[in-house]
Amino acid sequence: MSLLHIENLHVDVAGQPILTGIDLTVAAGEVHAVMGPNGSGKSTLANVLAGRPGYDITEGSVTVDGEDITPLSPEERSLRGLFLAFQYPIEIPGVSNMEFLKAAVDAHAAGRGEDPPSAVDFVKRARACAARLELNPDFLKRGVNDGFSGGEKKRNEILQMLVLEPRLAVLDETDSGLDIDALQVVANGINAFRGNGNAVVLVTHYQRLLNYVVPERVHVLADGRIVHSGDSSVALQLEERGYGWLDG
Amino acid sequence: MSEQSNELADLVGQDHAATGHEYAAGFVTEIEADTLPPGLDEQVVRAISAKKDEPSWMTQWRLDALRRWQRMPTPRWAHVQFPDIDFQSISYFSAPKGTAPTSLDEVDPEVLRTYEKLGIPLHERAALAGVEAPADTTSNVAVDAIFDSVSVATTFKERLAEAGVIFCSMSEAIREHPDLVRKYLGSVVPKPDNFYAALNSAVFSDGSFVYVPKNTRCPMELSTIFRINEKNTGQFERTLIIADEGAYVSYLEGCTAPMRDDNQLHAAVVELVALTDAEIKYSTVQNWYPGDDEGNGGIYNFVTKRGACLGDRSKISWTQVETGSAITWKYPSVILRGADSVGEFYSVALTRNLQQADTGTKMTHIGPRTKSTIVSKGISAGRSQNSYRGRVRMNPGAKGARNYTQCDSLLIGDSCGAHTFPYIESKLPTAVIEHEATTSRVSEEQLFLCQQRGIDPEKAVAMIVNGFCRDVFRTLPMEFAVEAAKLLEVSLEGAVG
Ligand SMILES: Nc1ncnc2c1ncn2[C@@H]1O[C@H](COP(=O)(O)OP(=O)(O)OP(=O)(O)O)[C@@H](O)[C@H]1O
Ligand SMILES: [Mg+2]
Repeated sequence: MSLLHIENLHVDVAGQPILTGIDLTVAAGEVHAVMGPNGSGKSTLANVLAGRPGYDITEGSVTVDGEDITPLSPEERSLRGLFLAFQYPIEIPGVSNMEFLKAAVDAHAAGRGEDPPSAVDFVKRARACAARLELNPDFLKRGVNDGFSGGEKKRNEILQMLVLEPRLAVLDETDSGLDIDALQVVANGINAFRGNGNAVVLVTHYQRLLNYVVPERVHVLADGRIVHSGDSSVALQLEERGYGWLDG
Repeated sequence: MSEQSNELADLVGQDHAATGHEYAAGFVTEIEADTLPPGLDEQVVRAISAKKDEPSWMTQWRLDALRRWQRMPTPRWAHVQFPDIDFQSISYFSAPKGTAPTSLDEVDPEVLRTYEKLGIPLHERAALAGVEAPADTTSNVAVDAIFDSVSVATTFKERLAEAGVIFCSMSEAIREHPDLVRKYLGSVVPKPDNFYAALNSAVFSDGSFVYVPKNTRCPMELSTIFRINEKNTGQFERTLIIADEGAYVSYLEGCTAPMRDDNQLHAAVVELVALTDAEIKYSTVQNWYPGDDEGNGGIYNFVTKRGACLGDRSKISWTQVETGSAITWKYPSVILRGADSVGEFYSVALTRNLQQADTGTKMTHIGPRTKSTIVSKGISAGRSQNSYRGRVRMNPGAKGARNYTQCDSLLIGDSCGAHTFPYIESKLPTAVIEHEATTSRVSEEQLFLCQQRGIDPEKAVAMIVNGFCRDVFRTLPMEFAVEAAKLLEVSLEGAVG
């Protein structure tokens, strides 16, 4: 059975139709890339999956593991294993990364009906994930994204993903703003995470990331619908010829 | 405002009556009480004094205060609104019936149960609820419990006595330590200082008294728990803390009241005296009943708190966590008289529904090289109004004095207000005065990020607010920092729906 199944999805934002009939199916174990010009609706898709307020589904369905997720609150979707790495991560000054992660991990434990992990176990796990992303342990003590550089914010999103081990990770331009070494590190993080029965939807503008994280499928979004799908070679073609290639 | 922020406002403004997150301390204890009929005149003051078996100097002191009060107009300058209080409709004395208890065993079991319900068992063995006493016994807490007008129990008395520390009710201090009381009572907050201080001086019923002798570190935290139980009674407690040369004491007060439809008046006076090299740390966790969603009922908390750093190198530090009361009107202040003395004020004030808080501090620099720090964190939710009002005064003799003020406001939703009124009066061009202020809002984006990670909005707001208050919580004694964070979370549960 497919892990994520989107059928004929129409979404309005502020009364404007933005997504106009998306069909997308991702099986467990797969990585799919979503590409497309600025304003084509990639972030809208990511946000609507996560249940962000203000995104109205006017038609179509979204299921995760066969369950219709559209009536669920954002936190319920999170507890079902849906994770969104934000294109523009927001800051929460005063709340440390560690505290924030602990609250998230505890919420997920409670969602499974388990006791929260002990502070010691949790800190070990958070530190191990930070180390995999070559983040200084002090990073965990700083306020969530507070004063982080653009690249650090993106790495922090991946850190949260590694700690929460979601079933479906939607990464919205996590590669944008990363330097060459950081890109490699983040790619390693995603590769270590992929498989294990989970699925990844990678929103990206660049072939670069896909050199490291090779996707099963690449989809091209334009004007609110998927206009082309193919294997990983699609990204290479786009890189060479631009989106004009698809019009021809 | 955007659709989304309206959604947030709805979330915050949501009626919480149905959720059961009511004011947990809002129950009434059924006990027989000895209560004076409402009204205030010379006879009432004499009756209070007589009930407490006071010496005549005390009676005269009260009567002098009453006469001054009768000539004073009601103050109106605070950024709060409320109908005129009819001071003749209030009862100025209420006590659980029977003779004054001399030990815990004599305290009415109903009263003890009240404190247990509030999570504060008075039995010495238990110390404070939820506080596990570590091997190091200094972190025990001695408690004085004030039920309506009288002190019902002071715990750990003997151990304190060994150290020479006096910790007792004010009534007892007037009888047993008249020299100290006469010397210092009214020395920091004079009778005619302000309307409510004058009223308190006339009718104060009880309160706590602390004296820490020279070069003594008080062996445990001292704590007073105030509880208003009777209907239509005002609570006017009087606290006096004296730290003699080189002494140190940390003191905490907590307050609760039942839910009542009428407003109840609380007009306390707290005076702190720090002599040379002495240090007093005074922490308040105030959780008086704030009134319901529509603004009915709740405590009017009009309190005068002031400390005097009389000696060189002395230090007074106020920390307050204010979540309750319909109206709070309170400015814990420090008079920095001794050279190199230090005054600190750390405050968290949370308002929601229709609560109003006008709170802050006054730092008066008199001695050379005196230093003050003010950190104020105001959180407003619902339709509440939260004001910081602070005054820093540098007198001509305060050469090399410094003040640092940081004033942060956090707004939850669109219908609340935050205001800051910093006043700086400096006759000293060389004094260093720094002021920083920020206003921020719990944004939909922040809440959505938290939700996306599985954290429900209520927890998310509590976490964000806790982070915002960290600098203040850090200054609380360990045991109470946890309690304060919990209290804030509970108070917000209602506010976030
Ligand atoms: N709140 C809003 N009100 C009106 N239009 C909106 C709103 N949010 C998004 N849009 C519009 O929806 C379209 C899709 O935006 P979206 O952010 O999904 O694009 P994107 O594919 O992620 O672009 P980028 O590559 O630049 O990140 C854009 O035209 C954008 O202007
Ligand atoms: Mg985007």
